[in-house]
Amino acid sequence: MSQSSDPEAVPVYPAVNYLNADRGVWSWFSTLDHKRIGLMYLITALFFFLVGGIFAMAIRLELLTPGPTIMGANTYNRMFTLHGVVMIFLFMIPAIPGVFGNFLLPLMLGAKDVAFPRLNLLSLYLYWTGALLAVGAMVMGGTDTGWTFYAPYSTSTPTTVFPALLGVFILGFSSILTGLNFIVTIHTLRAPGLGWMRLQLFIWAIYATSIIQVLATPVIGLTVLLVGIERVGGFGLFDPTKGGDPVLFQHMFWFYSHPAVYIMVLPSMGVISDAIAAVARKNVFGYKMIAYSSLGIAFVGFFAWGHHMFVSGQSPFDNGAFAAISMLVGVFTAIKVFNWVGTLYRGAVRVSAPLVYICGFLFFIVFGGMTGIAVATVSLDVHWHDTYFVVAHFHFIMVGAVIMGFLTALHYWFPKMFGRMYHEGWAMVAASFIVLGFMATFIPQFLAGNAGMPRRYYMYPERFEALNVASTAGSSLLAFGFVIIAIYLIYALRHGAIAGDNPWDSGGIEWMTSSPPPKENFHTTPIIVRDPHSYQGHGEEVEHVVI
Amino acid sequence: MSSSDAHANNPHLAHHFDSIEKQDYAARLAMWLFLATEVLLFAGLFLGYTVYRHFYHETFHEASRTLSITLGTINTIVLITSSLTVALAFHAVKVGKNNQAVALLVFTVLCAIAFLVIKGFEYRHKFEEGMLPGQFYSYKEITGPGANLYFTIYFLSTGLHAFHVIVGMSVLIWLTLRIKRGAYSPNHYVAVELGALYWHLVDLVWIFLFPLLYLI
Repeated sequence: MSQSSDPEAVPVYPAVNYLNADRGVWSWFSTLDHKRIGLMYLITALFFFLVGGIFAMAIRLELLTPGPTIMGANTYNRMFTLHGVVMIFLFMIPAIPGVFGNFLLPLMLGAKDVAFPRLNLLSLYLYWTGALLAVGAMVMGGTDTGWTFYAPYSTSTPTTVFPALLGVFILGFSSILTGLNFIVTIHTLRAPGLGWMRLQLFIWAIYATSIIQVLATPVIGLTVLLVGIERVGGFGLFDPTKGGDPVLFQHMFWFYSHPAVYIMVLPSMGVISDAIAAVARKNVFGYKMIAYSSLGIAFVGFFAWGHHMFVSGQSPFDNGAFAAISMLVGVFTAIKVFNWVGTLYRGAVRVSAPLVYICGFLFFIVFGGMTGIAVATVSLDVHWHDTYFVVAHFHFIMVGAVIMGFLTALHYWFPKMFGRMYHEGWAMVAASFIVLGFMATFIPQFLAGNAGMPRRYYMYPERFEALNVASTAGSSLLAFGFVIIAIYLIYALRHGAIAGDNPWDSGGIEWMTSSPPPKENFHTTPIIVRDPHSYQGHGEEVEHVVI
Repeated sequence: MSSSDAHANNPHLAHHFDSIEKQDYAARLAMWLFLATEVLLFAGLFLGYTVYRHFYHETFHEASRTLSITLGTINTIVLITSSLTVALAFHAVKVGKNNQAVALLVFTVLCAIAFLVIKGFEYRHKFEEGMLPGQFYSYKEITGPGANLYFTIYFLSTGLHAFHVIVGMSVLIWLTLRIKRGAYSPNHYVAVELGALYWHLVDLVWIFLFPLLYLI
């Protein structure tokens, strides 16, 4: 097994691995190897993260001053639409499942590939097609509906909406096929001895995510299809003047889009569960509870959508029911948080960039989660609805939790993907910028929102200026952190220290093969004889900590 | 290792599966999951139907009376028969009677065509009478609010269903040609099984659409 367990051994970069086993551009575009597909997802997702980030910076710049700063109202509407659609549909939903799910799932199962490699490649191509359509349409036609496409505005605005909807529809297909592929893979391709209770927690999270992807995405598919048909045909399905009901659109939209929050955040939670064990060099505390709570969140998440519609004329009974169900999500999340903290407690904590992101994640998920409970309370939500308070809340989850999870994964599995280490010092600097920049960006937004600043306006009263300046300044710190990451990671691709098979001394199955792995993952099929994340009693290969 | 023997003996076994049983199980599980997504796709339309039926109860009732129960019933029988023949075709492949399977599948495809033709006649009638979605609605007999919505949902749901009929039919034609070429055998038939499952779903959706649109 790994040579890295012996401190004297010099790490070796495997001469033949999945990166160089086949050569030529076409060998990448026609590959069936889940690792290469994951890598192409990574490149695409990072590109869209950059694009969405540029739109975000444009929004922040516009809000630097109370009046018009760099753009007019129409451009601003387009900017936040582009930012939302790109970040949600093109970055966050495919980011962790598409990138790390693809790359790691078969490795963590001890399998050679996902169950349907061709379908997997098709998912990637659908992602590209949908992304091109959506972004192309929005840039050329100036879609200004917001990422929520609320009818009847989305069915009547003169800007181009239809191709963007079609893009979202195709992206939905991609998401469904990925989820379907993963579920079947987990059911059928586990290595000998790898029972369900031995699966790594990342797998459990991806499993829960995939269930949501498969069951919720068809509904958004139909919904955007109906909006598209409505635009073209003018049938009046969501148009009150023709007897239709716009609130029906909201129900159908949020039936997907609320669970979609968990499509984004559950994989991040899985990343944290896996990485925290390696960082603490200790067994995961409460393995079963973390595993089951992922399924719990997936289940409860399906019945919470109404909390987006407290002010849309829902009955008080519905409001109360949706509020109570939404709060259950907090219970499952809290179970995870307690167990993560329990894992860190008395571990031999490795001070590293993943640790910083994990700590950031823990703080943000608690803060974002608690404000989530607050906005799920009907009486409070009536006050906060459509203000920056809600914007700050969901960015705490979407950026705070999801991006921290993504960055944890990027750093923790970077040596697995490329066989080289990033520079730990620069990584710590960047991580500090990101965590602090994030807080500086979004904490002022809570205050502005609570004071009554509405979302989605390009101008605001002067009394909000100080908070907005603070937020824009914070976003620059955040952006600067990402620039540092981009530089040292690209540098590390060629010049980083050779990582060796298992630089983290991790107990994960994905580390039992060389880094980067060979084309078919394992030279011989691994036989799993121990429990997941076991840092005790698994021989001398991995140093472990006895409590 | 035994799995390498299995790969040598069975050209249909993909490199990343140990056994053909597991590979077939994976294909079936994937199909069932896919069918679940199809059900949820239609569920959105059923939801729209439910909501607007609740809003415009009287009009929906009146509008549903304009549909031809006779043609609807014939179509239901046609589809149920085709579901039976596709199941029999699958069984025939399983026991190695490929000629019988081809005959049964051809009959199934003919049923699908018959269904579409009858549906086409129904659509033509609606077009002539002006019973059309939304703003194109011009039927004089029923004027209550929501009549346009009934026909919007009627056309969307039967249209989406007809699209599925066409897709299912294409799959069955492809399978028929493959069976003729001897691509399937009693040891290797999972593709036929999946095609048949999909056709059953097409049938099943109609089983729900028929009473909702025609009968109640």
